[in-house]
Amino acid sequence: MLEGLMIGLTTAFSVTNILMVIGGCLIGTFIGMLPGLGPMSIIAIMIPVAITLGDPSAALILLAGVYYGAIFGGSTSSILINAPGVAGTVATSFDGYPMARAGKAGKALTIAAISSFAGGTIGAILLMIFAPALSSVALLFHSAEYFALMVVGLSAIAAFAGTGNVAKALLMTLLGLIMATVGEGALYNLPRFTMGLMDLQSGFGFITLAMAMFALPEAMYLVLNPGRSKAEDGSGGDSSEIKDLRITREEARKIAPVIGRQSVQGFFIGVLPGAGATIASFLGYAVERNIATKEEQDEFGKGSIKGLAAPETANNAACTGSFVPLLTLGIPGSGTTAILLGALIALNVTPGPRLMIDDPQIFWSVIISMYLGNLVLLILNLPLIPYIAKVLAVPRSFLIPFILFFTLMGAYIGQNNATELLILVGFGFAATILRFADYPLAPLLIGFILGSMLEDNFSRAMQLYDGLGFILERPMTLGLLVLAGLLVIVPSYRSRRARLRAEGVADD
Amino acid sequence: MAKLTLTRRAFAVAAAAAMSFGTPALADSHGGGPMMDSIHFLIPGGAGGGWDGTARGTGEALTESGLVGTASYENMSGGGGGVAIAYMIENAESQHGTLMVNSTPIVIRSLTGVFPQSFRDLTLIAGTIGDYAAIVVNTDSPIQSMDDLLEAYRADPGSTAVGGGSVPGGMDHLVAAMAFQAAGEDPLEVRYIPYDAGGAAMAALLSGEIQALSTGFSEAIDLANAGEVRILGVTASDRVPAYSDAPTMQEQGIDMEFINWRGFFGAPGLSDEEVQAYQDVISAMYDTDAWEEVRARNGWVNIHNSGDDFRTFLEAQEQQIGDLMRTLGFL
Repeated sequence: MLEGLMIGLTTAFSVTNILMVIGGCLIGTFIGMLPGLGPMSIIAIMIPVAITLGDPSAALILLAGVYYGAIFGGSTSSILINAPGVAGTVATSFDGYPMARAGKAGKALTIAAISSFAGGTIGAILLMIFAPALSSVALLFHSAEYFALMVVGLSAIAAFAGTGNVAKALLMTLLGLIMATVGEGALYNLPRFTMGLMDLQSGFGFITLAMAMFALPEAMYLVLNPGRSKAEDGSGGDSSEIKDLRITREEARKIAPVIGRQSVQGFFIGVLPGAGATIASFLGYAVERNIATKEEQDEFGKGSIKGLAAPETANNAACTGSFVPLLTLGIPGSGTTAILLGALIALNVTPGPRLMIDDPQIFWSVIISMYLGNLVLLILNLPLIPYIAKVLAVPRSFLIPFILFFTLMGAYIGQNNATELLILVGFGFAATILRFADYPLAPLLIGFILGSMLEDNFSRAMQLYDGLGFILERPMTLGLLVLAGLLVIVPSYRSRRARLRAEGVADD
Repeated sequence: MAKLTLTRRAFAVAAAAAMSFGTPALADSHGGGPMMDSIHFLIPGGAGGGWDGTARGTGEALTESGLVGTASYENMSGGGGGVAIAYMIENAESQHGTLMVNSTPIVIRSLTGVFPQSFRDLTLIAGTIGDYAAIVVNTDSPIQSMDDLLEAYRADPGSTAVGGGSVPGGMDHLVAAMAFQAAGEDPLEVRYIPYDAGGAAMAALLSGEIQALSTGFSEAIDLANAGEVRILGVTASDRVPAYSDAPTMQEQGIDMEFINWRGFFGAPGLSDEEVQAYQDVISAMYDTDAWEEVRARNGWVNIHNSGDDFRTFLEAQEQQIGDLMRTLGFL
């Protein structure tokens, strides 16, 4: 392994390759900030450039830089303007955006950067040590287990089902699940609920819905409900606090265990080809909320630093984990790794069990490029955060049109289809009303994102087992479903007991 | 169902946000300038997909070789390609400089009525490349040939699941059903498990959830080279030089042939001269080094069908797929 590491190091540390990783990170970060251009499309655009480099190691290092940069850039728009550009950063906005609204944008971006860095780096270490052994873990899950895993992911909605809000949160989740059924699924060759509209044939676009549910209602909320938060009074008076990057020692102590746990958990979820960064971020969020103390739990969804660190660590660790099936089995676990696989094949590299034997320098330079990519990203971004965060100090009369422009553009560029704009405005209007009526919108988006995967895996398992038999026949499925149940029941039981005890004390 | 009558403003070139990375360099021996000034490629799907790669690769070869001055690209996804087809037809007068890329699903989707148009509503230019289909099993599997697979299926149809990366009634399912039908089995009885992408289906094969996988031949070659799968049969009429170890379906007594083609279409109402010019430039492309490089890089197989040949080919495929889909109850 050491020999391989040396080969990788000497390859990665050439002047050209260092320039590649810096260039890649910069391009990725800035394009990634635009909602609508996720890692997948940026990498697709960069592939011809990478291929003309001719050298597979240099090409991969460039693409890895773009990949990590884009993921980091995506968190920026989630945190600052509640506009998650990719599904993997939806959970980031749950607590990142409330922090930014509370005037702590700089701190939120710093936590995101550090969590991403830690998740990516720890993930890369795990990848380096365990990659060959993990190829069997990647094949552990069948459709039945993926279905159960999605149910566990769905338990993240518990964070939005606060006192008196349980029915609302469940209702919104259901709505999200229903919206996920629109269009042609993977399992039926006929479109459902499209009302004959060609534009709905592929279902609702994720970006369109994310902008309509998150970014647009928030912008409208700021317009219609002035003076709610101190960071937005137009004078830029709080900009020193907005720009403030410092994390206190106590905060660091709070998030360190979260980062540790989620690096490992996220990595392993990323290894499963049918799960990926989105599931990892929701699961990370759900698990961390449910094991937190009662007081910390109440902060989730309202600007908890743990709630921000968990998904940010998990999604980066999962991205790294998704390289396990890609490199050792040649199986892409996500759209992005599918494109990377295409690039590798175009460069005459065939990933699979023989890659480490036939082309060790490629394998190792990918791993080294991950360390480099994460490190360069941190070094480049920490000094930039004050300037990026300052966006929020812009007077509202400029900021809100800017957010609206960003939102509309995001929905349009993914599809180049103007109908997306009509859908965006229509749903945005409805979501604004729901926002004012105090219906949580996050469960809707979680339901929508998980819905199609939930349904596809469920029906596949049903087909394979001629019914629901798989729940009892596959112990891991049952185990995961029980875990999901516990994640929902235990915290509410705990809080009820705590409440009862408090009442009991009052009675005495 | 209401017919879609949304008129889209001509966003065409400006909105493309497309990058033409080919620069007109007269590398090959086509003295006297390009055969055509420019081509605008309309891609009915997003960046990074198969259609996208085909259009951009073709554009790259055409401009690199100097056959065409400049190429531009526009991604228009939606409706599984239906949005772009409707756009070509509604804006036919302004789209004479546009070629749309498409492939086998246009035939399947027209048959199922997912979109109201068919290839007949467009101007046929040429089929350019193709890929055969294949049925593969895990390397560890005891199944060595199509005969073994059929035997296992006859012994226990329920636990011999065949997976693929398309919906039931989609390409991977049709290929599997076609093979079982040609081998004398009832294609309706085949347990086909759909996955939303080839990668997910492959993972299911390796994990043992499914026993065989119906997939594209070029993908199968990569996996076979990596030592992960065994190719039981390829849907070509003769063994394919790119991987001659793979036996054809026909040599195992299963009389079937299937090609997933990709090709280009023009707007309806192109003049004969315009059609001829497009066909000439595409024909000339095959002899260039630039095309050979793009083709080899992507692992494509040249399957060139121009003009009337293309129409005959498409009609035959429509017949083949239509018959099977009627048998399967999809039509």
